Amino acid sequence: MVEKRPLLDLFAHAVLVLGAIVVAFPIYVTFVASTRTFEEIMQVPMPLLPGEHFLENYAQVLFAGTTTGSRAAVWNMLLNSTIMALIVPLGKISISILSSFAIVYFRFPLRNFFFWMIFVTLMLPVEVRIIPTFQVISNLGMLNTFAGLTLPLIASATATFLFRQYFMTIPDELAEAARMDGAGPMRFFWDVVLPLSKTTMAALFVIQFIYGWNQYLWPLLITSDESMYTTVIGIKRMIVGGDAANEWNLIMATAMLAMLPPALVVLLMQRWFVKGLVETEK
Amino acid sequence: MAAVSIRNVFKSFGAVKVIQGISMDIKDGEFVVMVGPSGCGKSTLLRMIAGLETITGGEIAIGERVVNDLEPKDRNIAMVFQNYALYPHMSVYDNMAYGLRIRGRSKADIEARVQKAAAILELSKFLGRKPRELSGGQRQRVAMGRAIVREPLVFLFDEPLSNLDAKLRVQMRSELQSLHQRLGTTTLYVTHDQVEAMTLAHRMMVMNAGRAEQIGAPLEVYSKPATTFVAGFIGSPPMNLIPGRVADGGKALAADGDVRLRLPEPRPAFEGRNVLLGVRPEHLEISEPGATLLEPDIDFIELLGSDSLVYGHLGADKSGPRMAARLHTSVVAKEGRLPLRFSAEHMHLFDPESGKRLEA
Repeated sequence: MVEKRPLLDLFAHAVLVLGAIVVAFPIYVTFVASTRTFEEIMQVPMPLLPGEHFLENYAQVLFAGTTTGSRAAVWNMLLNSTIMALIVPLGKISISILSSFAIVYFRFPLRNFFFWMIFVTLMLPVEVRIIPTFQVISNLGMLNTFAGLTLPLIASATATFLFRQYFMTIPDELAEAARMDGAGPMRFFWDVVLPLSKTTMAALFVIQFIYGWNQYLWPLLITSDESMYTTVIGIKRMIVGGDAANEWNLIMATAMLAMLPPALVVLLMQRWFVKGLVETEK
Repeated sequence: MAAVSIRNVFKSFGAVKVIQGISMDIKDGEFVVMVGPSGCGKSTLLRMIAGLETITGGEIAIGERVVNDLEPKDRNIAMVFQNYALYPHMSVYDNMAYGLRIRGRSKADIEARVQKAAAILELSKFLGRKPRELSGGQRQRVAMGRAIVREPLVFLFDEPLSNLDAKLRVQMRSELQSLHQRLGTTTLYVTHDQVEAMTLAHRMMVMNAGRAEQIGAPLEVYSKPATTFVAGFIGSPPMNLIPGRVADGGKALAADGDVRLRLPEPRPAFEGRNVLLGVRPEHLEISEPGATLLEPDIDFIELLGSDSLVYGHLGADKSGPRMAARLHTSVVAKEGRLPLRFSAEHMHLFDPESGKRLEA
């Protein structure tokens, strides 16, 4: 806004502060709950200052899980989640960057048909095709494996579409100049397309890491073995029965742990992420 | 270095015929400019020579070798694109070295060639920079450097100066010229700018609708345009073309609006024939009484400084054809009739049907 109006500034700040509180307060409460004993947080009203059981609670969930719900150790879940959240974006990026390279730079019969085939799958996210996908994965004997956990999530059109759109903004002359320089298609891909796509890849990585980390329905279906639980599923398995039966302090500690990695990825890769989404320099 | 031979070349995209039978022999070391309005096929022709477009019919040879079926990289040519097409993520040095690396040259050889090209183009200080940190003129030079380091048989330029501002264009034009003098490499250059064509070319090809209207040295094209298209395209403002019928035993031209123009030299052979009389605005001059050949009524005047462009109509009540003259400002009146003459060597006659030049 170009105008200078103090009242408007005040209003804008009020809205922002309110928004921040609405978002931040529940997280704060979660944190407070994770540092107190079960009895303390069951009081009404719940105390709003951090307690003294931080280390105790986190050590408990990390290495032993809850006592009333799932007894699986959370460190293993974090590891599973990390593996899954890394395989999904890396797999997605490598497959889709190659397929969009083919679609944009090669003329082959039915090129558009194949693009639309890929594109149409955008309309079929995992949730929609979950029953047949489960059937396939189950028949392939991939239940309770990382392959089963990640493969169906890797196959999707979002990244292919994004890369295709990006490649189409790379001027044709660049490909022609590379041809004159004597670079074959794959050489062009490695030396020119890939380095130019760095920021797009980074943005996709951030989005897909969080997507992979936050997966709920699919891991819930195909992991029955405790050792394959992801963190999000772990939280679900800790909740058994009625309100009073759950060790909410431990569940909140797990929730805090589950929130940490995506937040870290966003914070660390923010610069690249923004660049990848807005960059037009070619 | 090598000669380039274009032999009856055709190109169509589906049903659209873009190039319709062009032939030209380009001598070793020659600087040839292909010029024409947009859509005339000049860039397509260049891209066919480069190997970026397939050849529908005819043959293109570089040196002794017919290159129709060769990949661009095997044709031993280098091309400079209008938007430079520099690799944005590579430094100036890497941009120039890339093609050499792919060809497996030794590090020392690459270093020597790049340094030499950079010195010629005054880019030595910028070798570590990325293209986005350079000005338009510098980027243009990097693009040329990328072509030079390869020491190709032929340079191809596709409107290389179009993205530069007017001042830089003039400067780069003369740099291009001295570069060509220095290297002596056969050069094909595409532009829509007639000034570039006139100043750079040893020979030029004026193209229109996929055909070569005229091939010749710039001065020849200017002084003896082969068709009305060339007459209108080369020269600014374009040549006056006055339609009429040769009359009075070839001594005069009967034009619209009862205009009767005396010709500076009789053309009895064309008596009774419909023609277009061509005369360039800059070849018209104020005449003394008695020597006047045409006398336009002034419509308006554009001041260019030392010269003025005078636009007017011939005939009574401006009923005749429109025409323009370029005259020294000091001799131009504001309005009224302007007595003009031109000499016989500046008279051109064209056939109105075919547009072809009529020689006496």
